Amino acid sequence: MLAFILRRLGQAMLVIGAMVVIVFFGVNVIGDPVWMLISPEMDQNAIEATKVALGLDKPIWEQFIYFVGGALQGDMGRSFVHGEPAIKLILSRMPATMELALVALLMAVFIGLPLGVYAGLKPESRISKSIMAISILGFSLPTFWVGLMLIMFFSVMLGWLPATGRGDTVRVLGIETSLFSWNGWTYIALPALNLALLKISLVIRLARAGVREAALMDYVKFARAKGLSQTRIVGVHILKNIMIPIVTVLGLEFGSLVAFSVVTETIFAWPGMGKLLLEAIQRLDRPVIVAYVMVVVVLFVAINLIVDVMYSILDPRVRLTEARA
Amino acid sequence: MRTMIARWIGVATLGLGLATIPAMAQDLVVGLSAEPSSLDPHFHNLAPNNQLSAHIFGHLVMRAADQTLIPGLAESWRVVDPLTWEFRLRKGVTFHDGTPFTVDDVIATFERVPTVPRSPSNFSSYTRGRQITKIDDHTMRITTGVPSPLLPNDFTAVAIIPKGVKDATTEDFNARKTTNGTGPYRILDYVQGDRTVLERNDAWWGPKPHYKRVTLRVIRSEPSRVAALLAGDVDVIEAVPTTDVARLKADQRLSVFEATGSRLIYFKMEMNRSPAPFVTAKDGSRIDNPFLDRRVRLALSKAINREAIVARIMDGAARPAGQFVPDFIFGASPSLRPERFDLEGARKLLAEAGYPNGFRMTIFGPNGRYVNDTKVIEAIAQMFTRAGVDTAIETLPPANFFSRASQGADGWPEFGMYLTGWGSSTGEGSDPLRNIAASFDAANGFGQSNRSRYSNAKVDELLKKAIATMDDTERGKLLAETNNVAFADQAIVPIHFQVNIWAAKKGITVIPRVDEWTLLTGISKQ
Repeated sequence: MLAFILRRLGQAMLVIGAMVVIVFFGVNVIGDPVWMLISPEMDQNAIEATKVALGLDKPIWEQFIYFVGGALQGDMGRSFVHGEPAIKLILSRMPATMELALVALLMAVFIGLPLGVYAGLKPESRISKSIMAISILGFSLPTFWVGLMLIMFFSVMLGWLPATGRGDTVRVLGIETSLFSWNGWTYIALPALNLALLKISLVIRLARAGVREAALMDYVKFARAKGLSQTRIVGVHILKNIMIPIVTVLGLEFGSLVAFSVVTETIFAWPGMGKLLLEAIQRLDRPVIVAYVMVVVVLFVAINLIVDVMYSILDPRVRLTEARA
Repeated sequence: MRTMIARWIGVATLGLGLATIPAMAQDLVVGLSAEPSSLDPHFHNLAPNNQLSAHIFGHLVMRAADQTLIPGLAESWRVVDPLTWEFRLRKGVTFHDGTPFTVDDVIATFERVPTVPRSPSNFSSYTRGRQITKIDDHTMRITTGVPSPLLPNDFTAVAIIPKGVKDATTEDFNARKTTNGTGPYRILDYVQGDRTVLERNDAWWGPKPHYKRVTLRVIRSEPSRVAALLAGDVDVIEAVPTTDVARLKADQRLSVFEATGSRLIYFKMEMNRSPAPFVTAKDGSRIDNPFLDRRVRLALSKAINREAIVARIMDGAARPAGQFVPDFIFGASPSLRPERFDLEGARKLLAEAGYPNGFRMTIFGPNGRYVNDTKVIEAIAQMFTRAGVDTAIETLPPANFFSRASQGADGWPEFGMYLTGWGSSTGEGSDPLRNIAASFDAANGFGQSNRSRYSNAKVDELLKKAIATMDDTERGKLLAETNNVAFADQAIVPIHFQVNIWAAKKGITVIPRVDEWTLLTGISKQ
């Protein structure tokens, strides 16, 4: 187990290193951030002074060495735009994104799984066919459009939920979260649903396929012959067997929910990391972009690790030492 | 079934009723389009930052909605001699914590401005070379190395902090340890990327603003900002997208407020090198830079149907432009008019200049920096093509565009002809002339954004004379004259001035501003 985790961490370091190099030099190719930062009236001396202040007067490789030196001591650099440590900016925005992703994930499970299992058990029923048709829509409609439609319908036309923003936050265990107030839930409902839509469809499809396959298995027939109730057969025997692919996919998707909630956060003005990243890219705020990528890689590695551990819990046949990624 | 739905809706509405905190009559929520990068008023010379500083810290001189200068923390000012200004400060003004405001605070502010570390664009160009001498607590003299008639305009940009926080860092400001100003509002809460909550400073020296508690929310996505207003989440929004203006105007529950802005959208053409980048003959062969001929520049201007662009692409939210600033701004020329659309005239001029068959070029522009920028470029490319100049377009993300437009791989501005914009930050006419029309002389702060390297000795001479002229009337005449000379020479091809638009719930009045700022002192309820 320990060897497995250590190997994973080693791989993570390699990935982080590679990503940092790509992003650091990649951003530099896009353009010179100085032109995005200065006010157009500044004279040449002032522009030069800005370059020096931000360390942009040095050749790119020198900037990189300087950055790596700082990073090894835990200093990921300061945002060009905000003047604050990049990692601090990202971490201050992280709770908002995390709670959005978490709620979206829960929606995916609690909406997607029952619908998918139903569709798998009664594949020919009209309701099942409608569920599958809707899941195709969930897959194919672009997120930003669905987001705007949700706002139009639930906020503008019906007036039930606020259109944008985050609700009142409460400090729980040192983290600002809006999940402990009713007001917070009214704000998070639409963006989370928007973010979850694709995942709900995904879970529906996985669950349906899994149930259809498992329903024909001998152990299900045996359980039925033994006279077990339908609830027990579905709730225990089938569900447990179809969970492995779902957990895998949801684990990975949770990473993507956190890392790529950019569109949803922008549409709903949700003050999370995604919005920060988008603004950083638009202004070529390299320290923030690089730090963001590092945070996301760490996150993905951690999630993968958790998924692997969960496998071994769900399926005793899987032993972590055997898993060679 | 029906009763079930009814009950469900009932529960949902009940829940909503509980959810919304009863809004006070004096509460206001504003949806802004951009957010400040910092609470430090001297960190980043960026419109959203300056707008917020104006609420919290206050300035010596302020700009009215139409950009005329009005007294702020300074009650009055006068020219003593061409190198000396005298400012009388308002008496009885206190900071939010109650300490009185004096000349010492101004001196401390001027000392801090050039020293803010890691500032992406600092305010030192407004304070450099300006020596403050204290006469008494509320009188100061400022000596300048050169005659500086624009000093009061520059002072509209420098937010005044109390002397006690001269050594505060940007982080101290962001952490709200030191956001003590003299402004009409004080800051209650600041969640970076989300909201700023302000509370009225009842001790402010000016007329009491209507709203006691204001939440500024940043909603960058245009449709979401409009939806937030329609849904009633916010009371006022700024930067209304042009496509929604007609709809919002028709809505009985809303009011729309507009003002012609000072932001000019225009084309610049390479005037320094030959051949010009991205310009060839129609068969792709090399030609000398056609833009060096004034007739070509004029032809391109005549080929643009400005009325059509304003009506069709800007949905009416723009005014055709014929010079650097709208005619109500100080320094505008009374005689310049937008060039009339004249396709035949354009073709004729091109033929006269030696291009009877036209030529081929690619024009460039940012996408998403100015209102409908890509659509404007697309339409104009077709107009140029109709006049005989086969025009392709390339639009780039602003970060990429401005970098390359200023400095390409070879160190020179990269594009032959490109669209960009300029908003006069001083609120008067010398600023665009100095930055766009004056010959490129970066070391002395002339022609900073003159990427085409246009150079006209007469323009330079008139402009330099104007900005050293202390007498306002005389200076206005000289600036108008400079405009006349620059446009007789077609230094740039102006397209339009953007119209700034606000929308609010019925009953709320917003004073629309030329400089795109949303100021809470200008928002009230009838």
